[in-house]
Amino acid sequence: MELTPALYIIVPLLGAFLIPVIGHFVKGFQKVLTVLITLFLVVYNIWFFVTGFDAPVVTKVGGWEAVNDVPIAIYLVYDGLSAFILLTICLIAFLSAFYAVGYIKRFTAENNFYALLCLMIAGMNGVVLSGDIFNIYVFLEIAVIASYALVAFGTEKQELEASFKYQVLGGIASILILFAVALLYWQTQTLNLADISVILQEGTQTTALIFTEVLLIVGFGLKAAMIPFHAWLPDAHSSAPSPISAMLSGVLIKAVGIYALLRLFFNIFVITYEVSLVITILGALSMVVGVLLAIGQWDLKRLLAYHSISQMGYVIIGVGIGMLIIQRDGNMTIAALAIAGGLFHMINHALFKGLLFLDAGAIEFMAGTRNLRNLGGLARYMPVTSSTSLGASMAISGIPPFNGFFSKLLIIIAAVRGEFYLLAALAVFVNFVTLGSFMKFMRYAFYNSDKSKAKLKTDRLPFTMKFSMITMVILCVLMSLMIIPYFREIMLTPAVDVLVNTSEYATKLIGL
Amino acid sequence: MNGMSLIVKKVTQLMSGLIFMYGLYIITHGHLTPGGGFAGGAIVAGAFILLILAFGSKVISLRTEKSQTSITESLALLIVIILAGAGLFFGSYVFFNNYLPEGEVGELISAGVIPLYNIFVGMEVSAALLTIFLGLVIYKEEVAS
Repeated sequence: MELTPALYIIVPLLGAFLIPVIGHFVKGFQKVLTVLITLFLVVYNIWFFVTGFDAPVVTKVGGWEAVNDVPIAIYLVYDGLSAFILLTICLIAFLSAFYAVGYIKRFTAENNFYALLCLMIAGMNGVVLSGDIFNIYVFLEIAVIASYALVAFGTEKQELEASFKYQVLGGIASILILFAVALLYWQTQTLNLADISVILQEGTQTTALIFTEVLLIVGFGLKAAMIPFHAWLPDAHSSAPSPISAMLSGVLIKAVGIYALLRLFFNIFVITYEVSLVITILGALSMVVGVLLAIGQWDLKRLLAYHSISQMGYVIIGVGIGMLIIQRDGNMTIAALAIAGGLFHMINHALFKGLLFLDAGAIEFMAGTRNLRNLGGLARYMPVTSSTSLGASMAISGIPPFNGFFSKLLIIIAAVRGEFYLLAALAVFVNFVTLGSFMKFMRYAFYNSDKSKAKLKTDRLPFTMKFSMITMVILCVLMSLMIIPYFREIMLTPAVDVLVNTSEYATKLIGL
Repeated sequence: MNGMSLIVKKVTQLMSGLIFMYGLYIITHGHLTPGGGFAGGAIVAGAFILLILAFGSKVISLRTEKSQTSITESLALLIVIILAGAGLFFGSYVFFNNYLPEGEVGELISAGVIPLYNIFVGMEVSAALLTIFLGLVIYKEEVAS
């Protein structure tokens, strides 16, 4: 079987357009199709991890060949980094879609929900696969416009307000990114990432180029909700239906925010000291301020949303340290360690934060409220939810043997060995605050005095919700295996290699 | 929403057919002249919107109409995806492959699959714009009542 990256985009798009047509007449079609599509994508992805592939696999859309080594087709590039992030997207998408089968019953318009979910998956896969800066923008818009609609899915006052805020800030980010794409096109006369990279590596650092980089950092920073640009995230993530919160927090901010930043600043632009410093400082700021804002929250999903900002800060300082070391031609093994820690934390965060949002959804499903003050003593009625929440809380607070411990350890070791002592100290400090915050969550939701018995809406969770939650907590433990060299070689190392060998992306692609 | 005066209704009846035909012309000549699926689709939707504006929304049942347009929209997109994906099976295993004979430059039936894409994109754009318009009308009726 030959690998076709285009299938990652075709299959969910096909699902998104089949659902409104056939789902209109056949009851239950939308659920089965969405689950099957996402399951297919996961299996397809794992298949290529297991059998191995010659990276990068390139598909030229339309079959246009390069003329004099200048690429003219739209490229879809499947390399180590894309494969790693695609696996994260498809895994979380499958578990969220399966969870939604039981959860979304109380909403009307199920067809629209599943169609938009498929559209969002197609958009994110497109961003990750596209080898063309304008198509990154196009797919990014597909993904975020679907997510605007999904955030407003409850159509209550609070949800519409959150969606409006998200749309305004997301719109500003999109305009900035489009402006940056236009500026890049003006400077290099090409849109293909590999071609831009070749031209930029030869040229000098002009003022216009620095301006473009600033625009891109602000634009993608807004999408990734780094700290000065985070205003939309707590509202949007707490208002969306829970499976969508898990998707937004677990993968959307990574695929359209962090991935794009990594791809552009490692593989396309020449890494400069200023840019790496700005990214590292933004990461450290997100990490510290996010967790401090989370302490005072009593709305369960809002608390989790602020922790998303903080945990993304870990990912960003991981790759930021890597950038700083690469830029000063330091020790490449330390740079690789820092980037590996960041990427590893990315997939870990997708798993445990996705799980926590699904747990929050289960609590809301049964108790009817998200306010921690009105909850308590739920452990007796919801054994699955409380035990999976305990697992996820331990993972996010970095307690071994859960996955969060190992990724944070990698980042802290890399920071110490790279002589960024302040960052290492901050990372440890933030971890303690996170632990405290999740002790609060566990205590008020599950172990406090029994306040919620009379208020329970149902006494059973649907099977699909339990299945997703249990699978995710098992994966949280299994991901720790990635520390073992055999598994690391399969998944993490190819992704890290793409980022560490900054100019290889262009050289491998340009001759094809 | 009530209809407008007899003069407006008559003029709209005369004009909307012409506008519709012009939209179809723009769509089918997308590979030869400026325009194409998107522009032509917008014009076709304009013909319908003009009729609804002139005759008022009471003459049609809005909700049936809206579910039909949204199904048409999805169907058209589905066909575009299938046409593009079919490139994987015809010939050289390429997404968006142009697998039909290309014909002679300047003739109406030429350029392989591109006119087909134009036709279905036109269908999808007109259905989508009409859906948006009907959605706004339905919203207004609900708020007013």
